[in-house]
Amino acid sequence: MLPPLFGGFKVTIKQVFEPRVTTQYPKAKQPKPPRLHGRHVLNRYEDGMEKCIGCELCAAVCPADCIYVRGADNSPDEPVSPGERFGYVYEINYLRCIHCDLCVEACPTQAITESKMFEFSFTNRADAIYTKRELVVDDAGKPQQLAWEDWREGEDEHTSAWMRATSPGGSADYEGEVQWSAELGYGVRPTEAGQRGKRDDGATGNVSVRVVERDKISRRLGGTVR
Amino acid sequence: MGDPLFIHGVDLAVFVIAVVKVVVAFVVLLVSVMLMIWFERKVISDMQNRIGPNRAGPFGILQTLADGIKLFFKEDLMPTNADRVVFKLAPYLALLPALLIFTIVPVGGVVTIAHHTVELQVADPAIGILFLLALSSVAVYGTMLAGWSSGSKYPLLGAVRASAQMISYEAAMGLSIVAVVLESHSLSTRTIVDLQASSVLHWNVFRTGVIPFLIFVVAVTAELQRPPFDLSEGEQELVGGFHTEYSSLRFALFFLAEFMNTITMSAIIVTLFLGGPDGPGFHFLRWLWPILWFAGKTVVFLYGYVWVRASLPRMRYDQLMDIGWKLLIPLSLAWLLIIAAIEQSRLWGVAILVACVPIYFLLQRSRQVSRRRAEMQAVETERARSRKDPRSVLFDSLLADEPAGGEH
Repeated sequence: MLPPLFGGFKVTIKQVFEPRVTTQYPKAKQPKPPRLHGRHVLNRYEDGMEKCIGCELCAAVCPADCIYVRGADNSPDEPVSPGERFGYVYEINYLRCIHCDLCVEACPTQAITESKMFEFSFTNRADAIYTKRELVVDDAGKPQQLAWEDWREGEDEHTSAWMRATSPGGSADYEGEVQWSAELGYGVRPTEAGQRGKRDDGATGNVSVRVVERDKISRRLGGTVR
Repeated sequence: MGDPLFIHGVDLAVFVIAVVKVVVAFVVLLVSVMLMIWFERKVISDMQNRIGPNRAGPFGILQTLADGIKLFFKEDLMPTNADRVVFKLAPYLALLPALLIFTIVPVGGVVTIAHHTVELQVADPAIGILFLLALSSVAVYGTMLAGWSSGSKYPLLGAVRASAQMISYEAAMGLSIVAVVLESHSLSTRTIVDLQASSVLHWNVFRTGVIPFLIFVVAVTAELQRPPFDLSEGEQELVGGFHTEYSSLRFALFFLAEFMNTITMSAIIVTLFLGGPDGPGFHFLRWLWPILWFAGKTVVFLYGYVWVRASLPRMRYDQLMDIGWKLLIPLSLAWLLIIAAIEQSRLWGVAILVACVPIYFLLQRSRQVSRRRAEMQAVETERARSRKDPRSVLFDSLLADEPAGGEH
C-alpha cells in the first residue's frame, strides 16, 4: 500500500482517464428538464382558433405584474377564439417576468403555457415586451422562434410539463387524468407520472438527466463509463 | 575555467554569438512560459474532468497570449498608500532572477561555430552555482517589496510569509546543492553536467544518494511558492497574497515570473541531479538530441509540479516551518557531512554515519518532548479555564472571539 501522501496523487491521475463533464455550451447544450419554466407561448386549438378568451386571470394573478391583457368581443363572422371574447391585446414584459407559472395555473383554457426556452437576450427594452405577434404559436403549432432566441431541435416539444404531471385543478384524484384541450400541431399532450405512477416517459419526454448524461458518468455513479 | 567562448578574447563573431544566445534564450523562455501556463491549465483541467482552455488557437494554446493582451489593456491601479517607486520596481525584481538563473542552465551540448567553441547555454561562469544561490535569494525581494510597498495588510502578510518561507528553505536547498558541488568539485554548471554524462549511474541523483535530490525538489517547490507551499498567496486567507494590489501589466509580470521560475527551477533540478542534456543520442540529429533530452526531462518535472498542485492541499504555516527546520535542514546537513566524510575516506564516512544515529534519536526525543509539553500546556490551560466561574469563562471566550461551549 502507498502511504496516504501518495493517495492524493493516485486520485488526480485517475481523473485524467475519466471522461470530461464539460458541455461546450453555445455549441452543445445540457438537456433541459421537461418541467423547466421558459418563455410563454399562447396556444391554439387544433382548428387554429386561439385558446385565449381575454379573461385577464393571468394578469390578475401575476406577482410581477408583467402581463397586460385586454379582451374584445369576437366578431361573429371571423371569430378569433371559440367563445364570446378573445384576447385582443396580450403583452408580457420579460424584464419583469419571474417565470413562476402562476399564469399557467390560472388560465381556464390552457391558453398560456411556458416553453422550455429561456435563452433570449434583447438589446433594447422594446424587444423585451412580447406581444401577441410573438407569443401566439404559428400555423403549425410551433412557438415562433425569434431572431434573438436560441432554440434548438426538440425544444418546442414540451411546455408546462409540471402542470400535466400533477393536476391543474389541484385535486390528487385527477392526477394522471387528461384535463386539457388538444393543441394545434401536438394534439392532446400526454400526462406525466405525478405520484400515481401512471407514467409514459416516452410520450412526455420526461428523462432523468442521469440517463441522458450516462455516457459521461462513471459506472460507480450510475453511468456507463468503464 | 569559465566560458570557452571568451578564451581567445572577444572579437565580432564572439560578440554576435553571445548576443544571439541571449536573444534566443530570452525568446525561448518567454514562449515556454506561455506554453507552461497553457500546459498547467490543461493538465489541471485533465485532473478535474474538465476540458480547460480551448478557445484561442488550436487546443487553446494561445490562451496565455490572449490573457496577456487582455491584461495589457487593463487599468493599472496603484493604492494611495503605496510606495510608488518600490511598487513599480517590485515586479521587475521578481522577473529578473527568473530570467537570469536560466542563463547558467546548459540546455545542450557543445557546438563549434566559426572556429569558436560554443556551449549551448547563455553563460558559463566559474561561479555558476553561487550565482544561482544568490539570485534565488534575490527573488524573494520581488515578493517582499511588492507586499511591503502595496501599503495594504494582505500583501504585507503574504510578503512576510514568503520571506520567512524562502529563508527557511534556502538553507536546505543550499545544503543539498553543496552535496552536488562536493561530488563534482566544481561550481560551473557545465562541468557538473559533463561529469554526469555517459551513464545514468553517473547522474548526481545516484552519486549523491537520492536524499539531496528529494530535499532539493521539496525546497525548490517551497522557494517557488508553488502548492503545497503557496502560503504567500493563499487565496482563502490573503485574498491574492503579495500581489493583491497589483493589476494590469504589473500583475502579468508577477504571473510571468512565477511560471518562469517554475521552468527555470525545473531546469536547474535537471541540470544538477539528472544529467542535464545527457541521454542516449542518435547521429541524425547530432546537436538537437541533447536539447530534446533536456526539454523532456524538464517537462517531466513541470508535469510533476502541476500534478502536485492538483493533488496536495496547502500546508499550514507551522507544518511548513516544521518540515523546513526540523526535517529538511538536519537531514541535508547530516547527508552533507556523510558525503564529505566519504570523500575523505570510507572510515570517516562510517564514523559520521554512526555519529548521526544518536543525533537522530536526540532530535526525535527533543521533538517528542516539545510536543508533549505543548499538549500538557494545552490541558493545563483548559483546566484553568474550567475552574473559573462559568459566566467568566463565557466572558473570556467572548473576549477571545470564539464561541463558548464547544463548536456551533
